Amino acid sequence: MKSFLSNIADGTSVLVSHIEKSDLRVKLLEMGITEGKLLKVLFRAPFGDPIAVNIDGYVLSLRKDEAQLIQVQSQDGNN
Amino acid sequence: MRIALLGNPNTGKSSVFNLLTGLRQHVGNFPGVTVDKKVGSIFVNEEEHELIDFPGTYSIYPRSKDEQVVYNNLVDPDSENHPDVAVVILDASNIERNLLLFSQVYDLQMPTLMVLNMTDLASKRHVKYSIEKLNQHFPEAAIVEANARIKVGKERILEAIEKGLPERNGHRLLESEICNLNDVQSQEKETKVRFKKIKEIVSDSVSTKSEKDTFSRKLDRILVHPVYGYLIFAAILLLIFQFIYSFASVPMDFIDGTFAVFSDWLTGILPNGVFTDLLTQGIVPGIGGVVIFIPQIALLFFFIAILEESGYLSRVVFIMDRLMRPLGLNGKSVVPLISSVACAIPGVMSARTIADWKERMITIMVAPLMSCSARIPVYTLLIALVIPDKSVGIMNLQGLVLFGLYALGVISALLIAWILKKLIKTKEKGFLLLEMPSYKIPRWGNIGISVLEKVKIFVWDAGKIIIAISIILWALATYGPADRMQKASEEAVLIAQQKNLNEEETAVLEASMKLEQSYIGIMGKTIEPVIRPLGYDWKIGISLITSFAAREVFVGSMATIYAVQDDGNQNLPLIEQMRAERRSDGSPVYSLASGVSLMVFYVFAMQCMSTLAVVKRETKSWKWPAIQIVYMGILAYLGAWITFSILS
Repeated sequence: MKSFLSNIADGTSVLVSHIEKSDLRVKLLEMGITEGKLLKVLFRAPFGDPIAVNIDGYVLSLRKDEAQLIQVQSQDGNN
Repeated sequence: MRIALLGNPNTGKSSVFNLLTGLRQHVGNFPGVTVDKKVGSIFVNEEEHELIDFPGTYSIYPRSKDEQVVYNNLVDPDSENHPDVAVVILDASNIERNLLLFSQVYDLQMPTLMVLNMTDLASKRHVKYSIEKLNQHFPEAAIVEANARIKVGKERILEAIEKGLPERNGHRLLESEICNLNDVQSQEKETKVRFKKIKEIVSDSVSTKSEKDTFSRKLDRILVHPVYGYLIFAAILLLIFQFIYSFASVPMDFIDGTFAVFSDWLTGILPNGVFTDLLTQGIVPGIGGVVIFIPQIALLFFFIAILEESGYLSRVVFIMDRLMRPLGLNGKSVVPLISSVACAIPGVMSARTIADWKERMITIMVAPLMSCSARIPVYTLLIALVIPDKSVGIMNLQGLVLFGLYALGVISALLIAWILKKLIKTKEKGFLLLEMPSYKIPRWGNIGISVLEKVKIFVWDAGKIIIAISIILWALATYGPADRMQKASEEAVLIAQQKNLNEEETAVLEASMKLEQSYIGIMGKTIEPVIRPLGYDWKIGISLITSFAAREVFVGSMATIYAVQDDGNQNLPLIEQMRAERRSDGSPVYSLASGVSLMVFYVFAMQCMSTLAVVKRETKSWKWPAIQIVYMGILAYLGAWITFSILS
């Protein structure tokens, strides 16, 4: 089963495995979300959306449907 | 020499710009886009050079129309602002991501300076880098460190430029040519390859011992909390408005008084004539009408700049985004809309932080519906006139009505936003993707420059339009068909003689009778059939037209018009005169129905030329202010008509 960044619990670190094809793919890429990148979900806004994620020490906030584009796997390589 | 300042957002690029140029900066235009071009001058070898602050981007490939200026001007050597030299600002604590833009610029074969900024943050995060090794990977670039927030690095940057940046002999990170503007697929491929190479560079020259920013995380736990987060935001807003309302009125009254005195003084020393009238009654008050807004604009932007500099603003966006989204707005719309409660001018101007074009336009279009402080005098007068001063339960009825008017403004702004969201079609889908910088202590220098810049934009860009319109309005109110004006004047003198009025009273009477016969008076009478269904007469019609200058002018116009009715009771307050006003059938002109109808009209109508001028300035087109005046006018008319029909 595929898991996406939008479903990852706060405080969990994951690896980016794939970004779904969309208009935002290249933008996410440019902001440093590349395949194999380690992300840590920090916290969520009230109502669970948007989500704040740590990438290389900087904090990016992204909407749930934006996080839905980012396919991730746990650090040990499982889906 | 033309120098381009480039960098990712939140790398302290504007701090560097301020550090290098100080107050030698001004705002100009990039053709075809709404983003401002900040230009400054720096002196190197006693020679003046132009420094252009380009919008912050993550890549030279644009992801929005405004970002295109970076690509167009860097890639095309014949473009208007093509730089000779590029200075790229990098966040030293996040070199990997920042190297994407840098390496793209580097590959364009311009002389390039890499500025590793925010070195304090890097050392706090235990990021260590070797400039020597970075230089091995980019041998044809110069590299310096800076910490612009605490004013470190100016000499190093200038010295590097002074020495002359390394010549370009064709070294590149990628061999492939730069991609076509619209070829997103190739851009994506290139970005992937680029990051692969960058990763190698970073693993060779940068070491990170990941340390969490515990202070920011702890603060975030409170500031984005589902309960405390909103409470703290509400408390901060309350504090800001408290400040604006208690402090802005002092300089505003002073400006008001000074311009009136100056105008009187000019009248005294200049010979009578059209030119003197134009100067003392048209131009000077017109300039006064621009200057009067400065305290509010400056104070609001002072607070907005503090919120922004400290990093708190991105947290507000974060907790508000979900709530605003169903309405076609963005978390970033919150500040423009709330600022508009004080004044729509700074509100509209602060909307430029919204990157998404559609969300930005919707925000600008609905911001003037928020009840601004200029509506207060109108509301106060009308409420006192037609709403009885009695209690409803524990609430005062007049207070409830005032609250209702504010609520009507907010609700209609949100509703119209939702409708505009359905109407405006764009190919681009709105997105958030916002960096949340760590919390910092605001730098006063940056805040001061930001306030100054906003005030200058308003005075120079919107001021011209405001003065032009106010002169037209003055001419329309002062001149009329010659015979009618002459007759009005003679009649006034005659009445004055009969009633034994003193000089001042005669002047007031004459002004009043002339206003009725002026072009605006004629216009007011002409529109009477149109506004009669709303419960208004031609006197209100005149005031509706004159208050296009600014809403509060309504009160002054009413006072002028009613002076004519005055049967020698010069001291009777305006409100009593209005209360006594009767229609031909003996019913009061200002009944509950017509009074509330007029209030509703002022909630909706775009009665503010200054806001229109700013909307034109910010959207760089007359199309948007035109749409705004039409849709708000229709709303005002329908709203007032429905109100009048229900209440009468």
